[in-house]
This record gives sequence, structure tokens and C-alpha cells, in this order.
Amino acid sequence: MQSLGISVLFKGMNMQRLFQGLMVTVRIAFISIIFGSLLGIVLGVIWTSKSKWIRSACRLYLELFRIIPILVWLFIMYFGVTTALNIDLSGETVSVIVFTLWGAAEMGDIVRGALESLPKHQIESGKALGFSFWDLYRYILIPQAVRRMLPVSINLATRMIKTTSLVVLIGVIDVTKVGQQIIELSRLEVPTASFWVYGFVFILYFIICYPLSRLSRVLENKWNG
Amino acid sequence: MNLNWQFIIDSLPLYLKAAWTTLKLGFWGILISSIIGFVCSIVLYFKVKVLKTVIQVYIELSRNTPLLIQLFFLYFGLTKLGVALSETACAIIGLSFLGGSYMAEAFRSGLEAVSKTQIESGLSIGLSKTQLVRYVVLPQAFSVSVPSIGANCIFLLKETSIVGAIAVVDLMNVTKDLIGIYYQTFEALFMLVVSYLIMILPLSLLLTWLERKVRYAEFGN
Amino acid sequence: MEWLGVSIVDRKTDEVLLEIKGLYKKYDETTVLEDINLSIKKGEIVVVLGPSGCGKSTLLRCLNGLEKIQKGDIRFHNKSIVNNDVNWQEIRQRIGMVFQNYELFPHMTVIENIILGPIKVQKRKKSEVMEQARQLLDRVGLLDRQNSYPRQLSGGQKQRIAIVRALCMNPEIMLFDEVTASLDPEMVREVLDVILGLAKQGMTMVIVTHEMSFARAVADKIVFIDKGRICEISEPQEFFEKPKTGRAQQFLNIFQY
Repeated sequence: MQSLGISVLFKGMNMQRLFQGLMVTVRIAFISIIFGSLLGIVLGVIWTSKSKWIRSACRLYLELFRIIPILVWLFIMYFGVTTALNIDLSGETVSVIVFTLWGAAEMGDIVRGALESLPKHQIESGKALGFSFWDLYRYILIPQAVRRMLPVSINLATRMIKTTSLVVLIGVIDVTKVGQQIIELSRLEVPTASFWVYGFVFILYFIICYPLSRLSRVLENKWNG
Repeated sequence: MNLNWQFIIDSLPLYLKAAWTTLKLGFWGILISSIIGFVCSIVLYFKVKVLKTVIQVYIELSRNTPLLIQLFFLYFGLTKLGVALSETACAIIGLSFLGGSYMAEAFRSGLEAVSKTQIESGLSIGLSKTQLVRYVVLPQAFSVSVPSIGANCIFLLKETSIVGAIAVVDLMNVTKDLIGIYYQTFEALFMLVVSYLIMILPLSLLLTWLERKVRYAEFGN
Repeated sequence: MEWLGVSIVDRKTDEVLLEIKGLYKKYDETTVLEDINLSIKKGEIVVVLGPSGCGKSTLLRCLNGLEKIQKGDIRFHNKSIVNNDVNWQEIRQRIGMVFQNYELFPHMTVIENIILGPIKVQKRKKSEVMEQARQLLDRVGLLDRQNSYPRQLSGGQKQRIAIVRALCMNPEIMLFDEVTASLDPEMVREVLDVILGLAKQGMTMVIVTHEMSFARAVADKIVFIDKGRICEISEPQEFFEKPKTGRAQQFLNIFQY
């Protein structure tokens, strides 16, 4: 007798292993988002420079990631760079590098946009009221920059989390890979396993990303609506 | 880095065929997404009961889950329930499913950008609701949507890189094979990057130009 | 600003075109208009004055169905137009309205803006409509701009075209909602001159405005509204020199230094 499809999720260690895989996904996303954001903030400030060369270089960096798909970048790093430098990097390491670089590029654009969109007259009126440089940043510029940046940044984070699903294609044992292993093992007993397993992974991503999307929208309406 | 140019020339046909597949998938994905998106946006704009909620659920589901998982679910999952779909069909369905919600958002923001006073102005010369939508709302909505629609087109074309995961013979798979079988890593990657640059760069420039032209038409600057 | 007084005696008739009885309007819990009673005869020019937020624009918008009323009646040609099965599309062709922000369609040329209604709604022949449109444009001095887009025009030009657009539908009554409020002072005159021209031709009009000397020159009667109620209805001479109510006097004092 073939068991009910969904039971495959709860058999033995399956659920545990799925969550271990999820942890890999979360780890990659988390590290990339943190480092990407930090690098991005630095990049963003640099990007506001008056030098045309610096701005063009930053723009080129961003466009490289906007025109070439992330999966292609993963391939380039995983197959190309490792061969060129003759080093051995795990899929996970490659993923973190690629996602951090991508996140930094996008974040840099966001930070630059927020800084450049700050109304100049606010700075002028602040100066007229006698604000010091640091006070200006603390009370006027940074709170407003944060308001413009946060919803879009959360949006970026959500996109990064979704894109981490690709790491399975360069061999990382993430939640999708674990799911595939379970499907393979359950082939005879539970033929409909793939429906339930992929369905489960689908819902997992939704549970992680939907609250973030909502948060981004709520903040956007509250601050910039 | 010395590239084996002979190998590159030899593998050109493979890459051209794969690029063509990518473009075809992208084309169908964009077309069907646009239709789905347009219909959804009209439903949302007119706040049609029941359908409105269905579409809102659809949009949230497709925007908050990765395309890869959607494709795996379609290709591996649904087949087990008796629905047999070719990998190309799955790819197009997957792209359209995801793209539809992005297009819906683009069209919807265009529709909502048309101010209430424009609508009142149209009403006051006696236009019916249909005439209002056709002559006043849609043309203005469209020009507002163009940048978003353009961005979505590029997005979908890039997302086609994922369909290789369900065995579509696309650029990614060709590259992987060449690396795995012939070990011509740099050549394969070089071709891969060039292929995407050739496909996406012109599109991106075209859309920037189109955006500027439409913005001029609306605002004259 | 000096205005030539418009002769009253010849234009007016006794036929009542629009009759407002006991109109009440609420926005959520706030009463915006209360117990409005007004009748407008054919050929008559009614100017509605009042402080900001008194409800005068809202009253105008009720007359062409952009706002719903909760109580009372509006009768056009002695037929009620407040019940639910009223065909507003048909009525709006006969009651034209011009808005404060002109609201021309930005994606159409001037001439396209004007002929859209007559051709698509009234199903008139294009040649006939074009002829009328050109004549009207010529009358307001903008025939040479017929193929321009709204963004290429000044505020005063856009407003004149908005008036032409409404006129091309051949309405029986024209409603003007603070049509010069958004304009630079130099352009106010050119628009008011157009309205003055319409007055001389006998068009029935209800005008909401802040332009006091214009109001005095063009009105047959002044309706003063305060806090949603009609405070007083007088002839212009009487209203401006010796208003009946204290509120009206207070209002007029704002414009005196």
C-alpha cells in the first residue's frame, strides 16, 4: 500500500533534514545581506562623489549585476574563478561571495539614491538654524535617508532570499537539495512525493518572504506614501 | 588568459540555438505575462468582488516564492498528479505565472496614476465609463507604466536562465555541458556572458530610450 | 479692475431650468450643505460667493452628479435628477462644467480634446464638430494652437480651451468652479473675458469665484453661502454696497483694506 503523499514530509528524519537545509539557505542569505548592506552603504557614500570616473565605475559595477543574471554569476564564480585561481571553493562560499557583491551593488544604488534625494533646502535651513555638521546628519539627514531606504532595502533582502534558491544548482545542500534527496529515496513508496516536497519548500519560502513584503509595504505607506 | 578561439567558433551553433530558445521562451513569457497582468490590473482597478481577492492571493504567492521552486513544482510535482507537461511548456507557464504578477503591478500603478480629476473631467463631458477608460485612463496609464513594463521585460529575460534546471536546452545547460565534457571553462563562460550581453544590453538601451520618449510626450521635458 | 456692466433686462426669461429644493449633503459625519433652496432661470447668471470651505464647490459638483446628496431634490427642466436611475451621461451633456485645474487630457492635442465629447458621446459628424470647434477656438483667440499639446500652453490658454471644450457639447447651463483660482494674475483677465462674452450671448451660468469686481459686473444674482447654508441672495449692487446680513458684510470686509 502506498502511503498518503504528505506523510513523506513527516517520515523519519525528513522534516529535521529539511530544516537543516533551510538553515543553510538562511545562513547564506543572512551573511550576504549583512555584508552586502555594509559594503553597500560604503559604496553608496562613495557613489555620491563629484568625480565622474568614480560615479561611472560604480554605475558599471551595478549594471554588471543588472544585465548578467545571478545564476550566470554563480557559474562564473563556481567554475571560472575557481579554475583561474586554482582554488577549491564550496558552493556555499561561492554563493555568499556572489550574493554579497550583488547585494552591495544594489544597496549602493539605494543609499546613493536616498542621499541624493534629500531636499537641499532642509540642509540649508538646518545650517541657518545653527546645526553643526554632526547634528545635521543625526537629526535631519540620517532619519530621512533611512526612511527612504528601508522599504526598498527590505525589498532587496526579499529578492536575495528568493534568489538563494539557485544555489542548489551549483551543488549546495540547501532545503531544495534535501527535498530532492527525500524525493529520490521515497520514489517507490510515495510516488507523489515531489508534489508534497516541492509544495512544502514553496510554502516555506512564502512564509519567509511574505511578512517581509508586507513590512516593506507598510513602511513605504507610512513614511513615503 | 588565452582563449581557445577555435573551440569558441566550433561551439557557436550550439550557443546560437540555445540563445534562440532563450529568446523564444522570453518572448512567450513576456507576452503571456502582459496579458495576464493587464487583465489582473483591470480587475483590481474596478475592484471586482471575489476575483479581486483571488488575484491578490495569486500576486502574493507568485511574488514571494522563487521561480526555481515554481518550476520544480510544475515540472516534477504536477506530473506526478497526472498532468504531463513538456519542459518548454513548464518554462513558459512558470515565467508567465511569475511575470503576470509583476506586470499586474506595473499596469495597476499606471491606472492609479490617472488622477481623479481627470476622470471627473471626462465624466463632465458626458463620457461613459467604458469611453472614459478607453480614451482617458488607458492612454495615460500606459505611459506611466512603460518604465515598469520595460524593467519587467528585462527581468523575465534574465529569469529564463533558470529554466535550464528543468532540462530546457538553454544557455546555462549548454555551458555546463561544455565545461563538464570538454573542460573549456573560460571559453564556455565567455560565450555565456557574451550571449546574455547581446540579448539584454540592446533591450535595456531600447527601453531607456522609449522611457525618455514617453516621458517627453507626457511632460514635455 | 473695471468691468462693463452686462445688461440684465434682455437676456433673462422666466423659464426655470434648474431648481434646487432642500438639499442636504454630508461627508461621513460632517454636514457640508444644509437646506439649500435655489432656482436658476434660463439666461440667468448666478454667482456663488462665500468663505473657503463653505461648500460652494460642493454645491456645484452636486449639480452635475459628481457628488451625491442625502436629502432634497434637484430638478432639471422640472424633472428630478437625484434618483438612482438617472442617466448622468445624458444630463452632463446639457450641464457643462469647467474645473479649477482645467484638466485637459494631456495625451491629446487641443483640437482632439475638444472634439472627443461631441464625436464619441453625441455621435455628431466630424466635419460639423471640427467646424464648431474651430469657430469657438477662434472666438477665444486660440485657433493657431489647435494642434498643440496642453503641456505647451499657459494656464490661461488651457483654461480658455477647457471652456471651449465644454461649450462644444452645446450645453444649456455652464458651471464654473473657481476657474481663475489657479492662474497667475495676468491670465485671469483673458479667461474672465471669455465668460463675459458667454454672458452677453445669454448662456445660463452658475459661477463660483473669488473675483469680486467680476462677480459684481456679471451676476444677475449673488448667492452667499456660509458654513453650508445660504446666508443671503441679493442683486449684485445691493450685495456689494449694503448686504442684508452681518456675515456677508464680514466676508466683504476681507477684500477691503
